[in-house]
Amino acid sequence: MQCDVCQSKEATVFLTQIVDGKMQKVNLCEGCSKEKGVNDPTGFALADLLLGLGDSQQIEKTAASNKCPVCGFTQADFKKTGRLGCSNCYSVFAEGILPMLKNMHKGTRHTGKVPAVHAEQRERSEKMKSLQESLDKAIADEEFELAADLRDRIRQVEAELAK
Amino acid sequence: MKFSRIIANTGEWLSGEGPNRQIVVSSRVRLARNLRNKPFPGWAKKAERLEVMTAVKEAVSRLPEMEDSFSENLEALSPLEKQVLVERHLISREHAAKGVGSAVVMNTPQSLSVMINEEDHLRMQAICCGLQLENVHKMIDRVDTELDGQLEIAFDDTLGYLTACPSNVGTGMRASAMLHLPGLVMSDQINKIINSVNKIGLAVRGLHGEGTEAMGNLFQVSNQTTLGETEGEIIGRLNRVIEQIIDHEQNARALLAQRKAITLHDQIGRAYGLLSHAYSISSKEALNLLSIIKLGIDLAVFPDAHRFPVDELFIETQPAHLQKGAQLQKMTSEERDSLRADLIRSKLAQVPQPDISRLTISTHEPPETT
Ligand SMILES: [Zn+2]
Ligand SMILES: [Zn+2]
Repeated sequence: MQCDVCQSKEATVFLTQIVDGKMQKVNLCEGCSKEKGVNDPTGFALADLLLGLGDSQQIEKTAASNKCPVCGFTQADFKKTGRLGCSNCYSVFAEGILPMLKNMHKGTRHTGKVPAVHAEQRERSEKMKSLQESLDKAIADEEFELAADLRDRIRQVEAELAK
Repeated sequence: MKFSRIIANTGEWLSGEGPNRQIVVSSRVRLARNLRNKPFPGWAKKAERLEVMTAVKEAVSRLPEMEDSFSENLEALSPLEKQVLVERHLISREHAAKGVGSAVVMNTPQSLSVMINEEDHLRMQAICCGLQLENVHKMIDRVDTELDGQLEIAFDDTLGYLTACPSNVGTGMRASAMLHLPGLVMSDQINKIINSVNKIGLAVRGLHGEGTEAMGNLFQVSNQTTLGETEGEIIGRLNRVIEQIIDHEQNARALLAQRKAITLHDQIGRAYGLLSHAYSISSKEALNLLSIIKLGIDLAVFPDAHRFPVDELFIETQPAHLQKGAQLQKMTSEERDSLRADLIRSKLAQVPQPDISRLTISTHEPPETT
């Protein structure tokens, strides 16, 4: 059997991993398994490896010309390393990354810890959204006194956000 | 703080107390974090790495947890010093390979350590003795929250914490426990256990190798996925599995004592004999035999007072630890094997001969007798 990475040497290392009932297999030669750090117990190597191989097609679907404006990372770089260039790359290459995350993880939505700074911002933007909706409704209903009141409150929140 | 002070004392996780201490050697939780819109370490240029390192190191050093800490740039550590940190699980092998632009900060008890510019800008871990993943998570979560106020951390509403590799995105958390499973290895059940644990999306790895190749019968169980579950759900899932593995290990030990008593006695006696009389021993052979001595302590064949010195030998017999006295000249592997045997002989001289008549099995439930 041939090595999945270099496609030339004989595979001697066989990896199987089952995530949520889906079996994923990788066959590697001695050299490639060392290079990929398959034997390193401390690394997160196996998941990375599966990611680097099995999903390369999905990445190619996104336009090859895509380049992250923040860090200059490209599709080709991702294919080569299996890593991204910076946090902004997640939005630039979202189309390719999302289906991959679906295969790798339990879900595609983060449900864990939210940093305090972020939680505050999120709360404010939700408040803004609901105030804006009330304002639109007040204007539609021609309740101008209420509308003026709501506009003041929106300005207040905006000022807070600008701080 | 000087590196010599780190070297002089093994970490708290080795000597401390914790639930299920006999089978669960340590619990560890590692969080991956990055600064927003700064190139990840693997993609950053040297100047960018240095800029991030300076900012992160300053923030980490200001933490109350790091009041008395060891902090060093990777290029300032010798290969041997880096290897000592790897053998103590304080930095990863990958981090040890880094140079200019990477750093490590750890507290004196070595229960908290932060790798700066490993694969992510921050990889911070807490490690404790025994099975206590929730406590360990609380320790590192506090550090994370404190840093959050000082650094602009990359976080997305949908994807959570953004990491260099998509396999860590979401919570950015790896929780793991190091388990000592000689009973499951001796009774040939370990592969069955590994397979079934893999099936539910958790990873099992040998300490130094895969499957039954594991040295010292040590296995690390960790979560494989980081997105779609809360930190608490991931840890809960791990805990349930680890508790089951502990039960299996205890049952395996009980069955060995019942049905293969001679084999078990023989293995303990031979391990003691070999370690007490060897003049040259490889790291692999030493770990495998020390594992049997450790089992002997669990089974009361050796007095419990010798637990710590034996546990310490698991670390002290690793190549870089052996060499730490002789920093300058590199030893040959023959020299190390001889030094290792000397160290083990001198420590085992304090341990009385195995007393098989004292062999006691403790299990949650009595083993099936069918
Ligand atoms: Zn190959
Ligand atoms: Zn980018």
